[in-house]
Parts: sequence; structure tokens; C-alpha cells
Amino acid sequence: MFSEVLETYDWQETTGRIMSKTASDVERALSKRIPNIEDFMAIISPAAEPYLENMATLSQHYTQERFGKTISMYIPMYITNSCTNSCVYCGFNRHNRFDRVILSMPQIEEECKAIRNLAPFENLLIVTGENPKAAGTDYLEEALKTCRPYFNNLTMEVMPLMAKDYERLSHAGLNGVVCFQETYNRNRYRIYHPSGMKSKFEWRLNGFDRMGQAGLHKIGMGVLIGLEDWRTDVTMMALHLRYLRKNYWRTRFSVNFPRMRPAAGGYQPNVVMTDKELAQLTFAFRILDHDVDISYSTREYPAFRNNMMTLGVTSMSAGSKTDPGGYHTYPQSLEQFEVSDDRTPLEVAEAIRKRGYEVVWKDWDKTFD
Amino acid sequence: MEKLIIGGTEFNSRLFVGTGKFSSNKLMAEAIKSSGTEMVTVALKRIDTDNNEDDMLKHILLPGVQLLPNTSGVRNAKEAVLVAQLAREAFETDFIKLEIHPDPKYLLPDPIETLKATEELAKDGFIVLPYIQADPVLCKRLEEAGTSAVMPLAAPIGTNKGLVVKDMIEIIIAESRVPVVVDAGLGAPSHAAEAMEMGADAVLVNTAIAIAGDPVAMARSFAKAVEAGREAYLAGLGIKSDIAVASSPLTSFLS
Repeated sequence: MFSEVLETYDWQETTGRIMSKTASDVERALSKRIPNIEDFMAIISPAAEPYLENMATLSQHYTQERFGKTISMYIPMYITNSCTNSCVYCGFNRHNRFDRVILSMPQIEEECKAIRNLAPFENLLIVTGENPKAAGTDYLEEALKTCRPYFNNLTMEVMPLMAKDYERLSHAGLNGVVCFQETYNRNRYRIYHPSGMKSKFEWRLNGFDRMGQAGLHKIGMGVLIGLEDWRTDVTMMALHLRYLRKNYWRTRFSVNFPRMRPAAGGYQPNVVMTDKELAQLTFAFRILDHDVDISYSTREYPAFRNNMMTLGVTSMSAGSKTDPGGYHTYPQSLEQFEVSDDRTPLEVAEAIRKRGYEVVWKDWDKTFD
Repeated sequence: MEKLIIGGTEFNSRLFVGTGKFSSNKLMAEAIKSSGTEMVTVALKRIDTDNNEDDMLKHILLPGVQLLPNTSGVRNAKEAVLVAQLAREAFETDFIKLEIHPDPKYLLPDPIETLKATEELAKDGFIVLPYIQADPVLCKRLEEAGTSAVMPLAAPIGTNKGLVVKDMIEIIIAESRVPVVVDAGLGAPSHAAEAMEMGADAVLVNTAIAIAGDPVAMARSFAKAVEAGREAYLAGLGIKSDIAVASSPLTSFLS
């Protein structure tokens, strides 16, 4: 289990190592075809900032080598905001008072139809809250079966489950699972996730091993940028990715770097990541792992997404509603986070084509599941 | 330097030596000693296991040297398992170098039979070191079957051509959970150093030492090369080439 590996890394010491990287460490890292974690630390460090252009060149090169000039499209569908956790940064925190929604199967079906009317999406990301009683595995299984006829590829962003439940859901058509560790800082994790199942750091951390053991086709990972020192957090995530690749080598992986922004009234991030830093991080992940799917959601602004789509990003969402029923049933309900790119899917597709890239709606067939 | 651990046994030297093709057993023993190796292969087929005074074995059994019996000569998994069991009894070790090459000309390993035999031998408690093509997927399958290391070939055995399949070995090293021992085809100390610089855990050399003008000196050279390569790997190698930068800046939007 990855928790045993992570225990051998001290948070402070890792931060220190990253911050002490020099220009020559960066140059060495960039000269390797297969960099190691030490190299990764160098290229996300402040010492790598003057090398951003070199990193962009390499990132673009490796991305085109493995993915060609393509961007894969997906769209999220929130099916519930009912949640028993109290994550301090999340709008679905159980202490927030608003009417919770658990979409019924007919409602989910209407959402599917509404999405298909937006654009020819085939990759659906089903997003849930964590409420094992009201919206547990039985409900999730039903939801997958309901969405199955409308989409070729079903991914679910869902709380950590037992391996047998992942297996069960994969029989119902689940191709991949997305789960964000949020932060790898074991000591500070509890501050952000004070109660509910999500407060259990190791249960979440080792959830990725259980996904691998269940033989899921794809696993999505991420840290929430804004909680802890991002450089240290993404280094731990890089370590985790390397570990998962070695152990569950039949699985494909994706990474996400959702960043929080300061917002009036909302939770204020402890650290703010600049566009430049997010670009550096994106290039660094591509240089570390040439095959990993790097996903940019509509949290990012149109101009930044447009520029990054040729430099390492391989999948994008568009037209997203981050509230359950947002496409059809409850078009006005509370969003989990504010969407920064509100272009329609077809507008985003047009922007991709304008840059000489192919828009890929379908890259999986349900007969493979 | 940090020790190599395979099957719970520690090794100071990362050079494994094969014992075929030497012009005399005496010379072989001297070469083993000068190589500083702690792991020496022995083909069961070459040893008269009923004879305690077998001349070859006498010269291989040296203090501090682990015997690595091999299954050379077998053509399938069934024969390999049988030979491994005989070797375990004869040499009193769980270590086994699994070599299944049904083709007697190039001695290329059969991946399907090797995987089958690894599964069976690992279940039976053997410390299995399979000789294989530099096939990264096969390596992962062998890990799942319980192998203790993988031994991808660098080039066809006996050719002394060096790291012909370097790109594949690079992938294997990057992805492996078990030690990677580069086996077969390393013809010069520089080849061994190159493999070690890439991050291989150890190398196995036979022909290049055995047929050298002075095998004892060549064994010593390989030892130095392996040590140098390992140290260089740990030290972090310098930069080979300049990084290409696009003529029109890709990141101007960030400033």
C-alpha cells in the first residue's frame, strides 16, 4: 500500500530538498528522457523558472509524441450534493444549509439527454458527494446503468470504496475513477477534513491501491492547490503516480491540478498558484510522465486553457455545470465551484480546431468494458 | 556502496559471473576471484552431481560466493522445474537462474515457458532469476508471478555487442519493482559501465571474460567498470546535449 511508501518521506525535508535545487539540477533533469523524482523536484522548483521555455518545448514534444495533436473532451455530471463530510473549502460541506439533491434515475436520464444535446460527448464524468447511506454503491450502480446507453466511457468521481465495490461498479460500466487526495500532508490533512469518512487520511490514500487491485481501466489523481505548499504536495503525487504505475501497470492514469482562487465570502486559499506556476507544473508532469492524461477543467479561464492546450494538456471539460441537475432538472442550484470558462462545448471545440488540434469526443468503446 | 538484495541475500558486488567457455577450471577460479563477484552461475548439466570431487564445482565453490544454478539445456517449463528441483538438492540453494531456450542456435529465451516456470518455481519457494528478452511487459508479468529479479539480455548471447536493446532496458529499469540484472551480450567493461550508469542493479558477464586474452585481468576490469557505473548512476550524470528551444516562444503568454 502506498501509505507505507509515503511514510518514508518527511514533509519538511522534502520541501527543503525542492527549495535547494539549483540551475544545474534543472539542466540535468531536462536532459533525461526518463527523469526520476529528484529530477521532478528540480523542475517544479523556483530554480526552474528561467527554463520555462525549454520545459514548454519538451512538454509539447512528448505530448505530441504520445497523443498527437488532439484534445479529448469530457463533461461532468453531478448526481448528488448530499455529503456527510465537512471539508472546510467545499460548498457541499454538510454544515452548509441548503436543500440537498439526490437525482432520481429518471432525472439522471434527462441530464444525459441534455448533455447529448449540447455536443457529441462520449466521456462522462459522474460526480457524487460522500453519503454512503443515501447515495451508496447501490445508487451509484443504478446511476451507471442509467447513463450507460448514452455514453461510451463512464468515469466517476466518487469517495474511496472497497475494492469489491469498485469491481461491482466496473461491471455496471464504470471505466475509470477520479479521486483527489487533496493534500498528502498527513499531519495537516485533518484540519481541512475534520469529520466524516473523508477525515481518514489512509483510507483515502490507499483507495488508489484498491482501484488498482479492482482492475479499473483508468485512475485519476489530484491535489487541491491552495491548501499546503503545492510543490511538496505535487512531489508526493508524482511519487504516488510512479508507485501506482509500477504496481498497476495495466491501468491508465490522469492528473488534475485544481487550484483555489481567493473569492469573496468563500474559503481563502493558504497558497495561491499563479498561471506561470501552473504552466510549470503542467510541463513538469509531462516531462516526468509522457503518457499521463493531463486534464484541465473549466475552473481555468478561456485564454489560459487556449494557450495550454498545445503545451501538455490532453483532456478538457467544457459546458460544465457543477451542481446536480444543472443541465436540465435544477438549472439554478448551488455550484460546487465557480466555472471560469463558460464557453459552450462547441465554442471550446472551435478554439481547439483553430490551433490546429483535433477535438476527440470518442476514444473508447463500451464493448471494451 | 549500498548493497544489492535479492531474495533476502545481500551482495556487495554487482557483477555476476558466468562459468562457461573458460579454457580451464583453474583459470575460471582465478577470474572469479579477481572479479570480486559474489554470485556465480553454474549449469547443472556441466556438473557431475554424484561426484563430490567434480573438478568444475570444486573451482566454483569459493567462500563468500553464492551459487546461481541455471537450467541451461531445458526446452520448456516442465523440464525447467525438474532441473530446478535437482539443482536445489545438489547445490542446497533456492537460487535458480531460469533459462529456457528451446532454440539451440541463438539461445533465445522462450517467454511463454519462462513465465509458466517462474509461476511454479516461485510458488515452490525458489528465488527465481529468469533470463529473458528485454520485454518490459514480460517483466511485469514475471513480477506478478513472483520473480525475485529479471535478467533481460542486452544483445544476443555471446555476441559482445553491448546494449543493443538499450531503449527497452531503460523502460524495464524505470518500471521494475524487482532488481534488474542485465545479462548476455555485454562485451566490454564500457558496456557494463553503461548499463550500470543507466540504473541497472547488476550485470552478468561470461563470454567477454572467459574468452579474453587474459580472463583474470578482464574480470578485474569488469569489476571496476561495474563499480564506476554504479557510482556514476548514484552521483547523477551530467548533461549530454543542449535542450532544443523553439524559435518562437511558447510561453510568452505567461509574461
